[in-house]
Amino acid sequence: MEAARVTPVEAAQRAVASAVAPAAPASGAGAQPPHRRGRRTALAAAGEPLVWLLGAGQVLAVLMIAGLLGLIFYQGFRTFWPRPLVQMQVRTAPDAPPQRYLGEVVRHESYRLTGTAPDGAVPAAERRSLLRVGNYDFYGDDFRWIPELGVVAELRPADAVTIERLEWGPFFGFVREYRVDGRTVATGEAAWRRFQAEHGGARGQWARARRMLKHDLGRVNRKLEEDRLALRRVELAHGRDSAEYADAVRESAAGSARLQEEYRRIQSQAEALRQEAERTSLVVAEVGGREKELKSAEIVRAFQPNALGFTGKLGVYFSRWWEFLSAEPREANTEGGVLPAIFGTVAMTLIMALLVTPFGVIAALYLREYARQGWLVSVVRIAVNNLAGVPSIVFGVFGLGFFCYVIGASMDQLFFAEKLPNPTFGTGGLMWASLTLALLTVPVVIVATEEALAAVPRSLREGAFACGASKWQVIRRVVLPKALPGIMTGVVLAMARGAGEVAPLMITGVVKLAPELPLDGEFPFLHLNRSFMHLGFHIYDVGFQSRNAEAGKPMVFTTTLLLICVVLLLNISVIAVRTRLKRKYESGYF
Amino acid sequence: MATRTRLLPPAPRGGPPSAQAPDEITAPATIHDEILREPAVLEVDRFSLWYGPRQALFDVGMSVPEKRVIALLGPSGCGKSTLIRSLNRLNDLIPNLRTSGDIRLRGESVIGPDVDVINLRKRMGMVFQKSNPFPMSIYENVVFPLRIDGIGDKVVLDETVERALRSAALWEEVKDRLQQSALALSGGQQQRLCIARAIAANPEVVLMDEPCSALDPIATAKIEDLILELQQEYTVVIVTHNMQQASRVSDYTALLIFGRLIEYGPTADIFQKPRRQETADYVQGRFG
Repeated sequence: MEAARVTPVEAAQRAVASAVAPAAPASGAGAQPPHRRGRRTALAAAGEPLVWLLGAGQVLAVLMIAGLLGLIFYQGFRTFWPRPLVQMQVRTAPDAPPQRYLGEVVRHESYRLTGTAPDGAVPAAERRSLLRVGNYDFYGDDFRWIPELGVVAELRPADAVTIERLEWGPFFGFVREYRVDGRTVATGEAAWRRFQAEHGGARGQWARARRMLKHDLGRVNRKLEEDRLALRRVELAHGRDSAEYADAVRESAAGSARLQEEYRRIQSQAEALRQEAERTSLVVAEVGGREKELKSAEIVRAFQPNALGFTGKLGVYFSRWWEFLSAEPREANTEGGVLPAIFGTVAMTLIMALLVTPFGVIAALYLREYARQGWLVSVVRIAVNNLAGVPSIVFGVFGLGFFCYVIGASMDQLFFAEKLPNPTFGTGGLMWASLTLALLTVPVVIVATEEALAAVPRSLREGAFACGASKWQVIRRVVLPKALPGIMTGVVLAMARGAGEVAPLMITGVVKLAPELPLDGEFPFLHLNRSFMHLGFHIYDVGFQSRNAEAGKPMVFTTTLLLICVVLLLNISVIAVRTRLKRKYESGYF
Repeated sequence: MATRTRLLPPAPRGGPPSAQAPDEITAPATIHDEILREPAVLEVDRFSLWYGPRQALFDVGMSVPEKRVIALLGPSGCGKSTLIRSLNRLNDLIPNLRTSGDIRLRGESVIGPDVDVINLRKRMGMVFQKSNPFPMSIYENVVFPLRIDGIGDKVVLDETVERALRSAALWEEVKDRLQQSALALSGGQQQRLCIARAIAANPEVVLMDEPCSALDPIATAKIEDLILELQQEYTVVIVTHNMQQASRVSDYTALLIFGRLIEYGPTADIFQKPRRQETADYVQGRFG
């Protein structure tokens, strides 16, 4: 027995020891029996290599996630940081006069010309910089590659200005004059100071005029539309020749005359305001000397990045973030804000959660508590789990075909006949997109709920039954409250899944631009039939559908960052509710 | 029946076998006369029960006298819990269950498909081996049996909570935190809360399925005192495998071995002058 357990090394040691001192039990401390000293557990038995493998896998997963998040956070947060304007003098040929470019350096890269020179030499690698030169109205392109070899001088003029405007993208150049009513009142440095002092006022007036046009005129327009629909309702109900219709026509004519009057009044007021706002303008010149007059009201933001200190840059940075979070998009979504998209994402996710929770919980309750456990239930369960594997675009097609064109069209026939042929619910909208996503995420909720129900201790159910509760009372009063935290976990997972989906939304209600929020002061306040914007689709649109992919790239990262934060916030709020419930139910449990 | 024979302890050497395999216990239960002289609340009449193909109770017949504490005693797996769960039909939750014979509560059968099980359970409170307070406040736990009856009258509920908690000797400890979660109570307090819940709706019988087996000695002593108090107003059927406990709290003791009722009589007689050899073996610790 003993001999069989010693390792060859030990056996050898023992042989030596016995040769030296035959009486000694073994070399070393001696008190311990020889077979325990020096014996090591085999590596495989201790499981260490497996632990290393598991650890490595874990590290790899964490690194990948951290890398992705790091990229998104780094790129997303630096987008709005004001970059210096660099003026480059580039000589393309030895005797040609140098050309001047002004812009923001986006990145550098090495490149190698393909092919060979006439003498057979392989051209050496060269470096070039991508310069965002802006001034699309002058150059017809936002970006320009500058070969670094040709750069003879590189300056950062302190008086170079970055101007963000409503049209044509950014302008990079120099301020020449400031004009009021077409007359030049200041030039150079004085013009810049005067502009800065008066720009806020002009923007304020412009915004007021815009609000008037949008809200007040919108209100009048809606009233006109309501009158038209009321008339159409009467026509549908009584026919064109009825007395009621004649009355309605008279009434409508009187009403619409009044409304037309109001429409004209608001329009003229807004026009006056706009003209007031547009009195001042700034004459700017691009680096080559060509001048352009920009109305102050159409300048969103202007600053001299090379002259700005850290606090000044910080101010621009936060002002840009604020615009991003609170304004509507402009310039085909590549500039401006994403408020409608944030709102659409949050609204859709919340409506989806409201729809999917009862649906999933009821299904899971039936499967787990009422249905007789047999092959049929197993098949249903497998089918539910496999629903999660159906490509989401298929759900989108189903949503479009069933919700929009079948249910929505029927609803239009029944309730909104007067608006036809314009569809109300018979087209993509917030309601249908949320329902489609609810379908998509229902397996998650069902699975989580079933697990939560199964985890409710048997003793609790028995206790409730012993009190004389009916099955429904047991479920309603004891099982569901106990399972609630687990169910909420399922809802969190479903929301995370749903908020990140884009494909099914593209065909069930999400559009490129919908500045009108689905929520406003008009009855019924939440307009479930309206199409909406979504951050996920915004990413796709800005990054891959816009005129200038290079300009949209930073916005892709920033919007992704925002989407992650929105999903995170939604989840944190649900988790907070869950934690409160848990604490309420489980405090001090043993 | 290999599984059952394996449960048997080895026969003591040098004496007659002290216990017999279930198939060999054929003698009818020995029932002492004292029980028959008392008015019965519950009568179990030749009751047998099968879990699928396995028979768990064999022709059990016993009556439960009013306002007494009856201990069901016996080794593990002898059918004590099965019997007590049959009294309020809690075994209905188990699929493939089959019974024969009858159980009557005040003369009315509780077995049969047309019995109103929910109403039956309301007439019997039950306390379990592991305390099972519901995930709600102490107050709501106690009034649960009333809530499910749709009683929402604050005065009635408040009275019930105080009466039940006082009866369960818990009132003084929790009266200031009735709205707190019941799960924050200690194990012993939780079990007393479950007793309060069991008596909140004034049941006719209180069933206790090893109520102290998960408790420490001090909490156990409190519950035992409580059982003696409850006896003033309620009929208590308590399942226990603890002979000391049975002798401390009960008026009558029934011994079950392998699903059969062996002997049923006044507790003192069962422990001091048992009439059956199996009882003598069991109480002297030679069995189970």
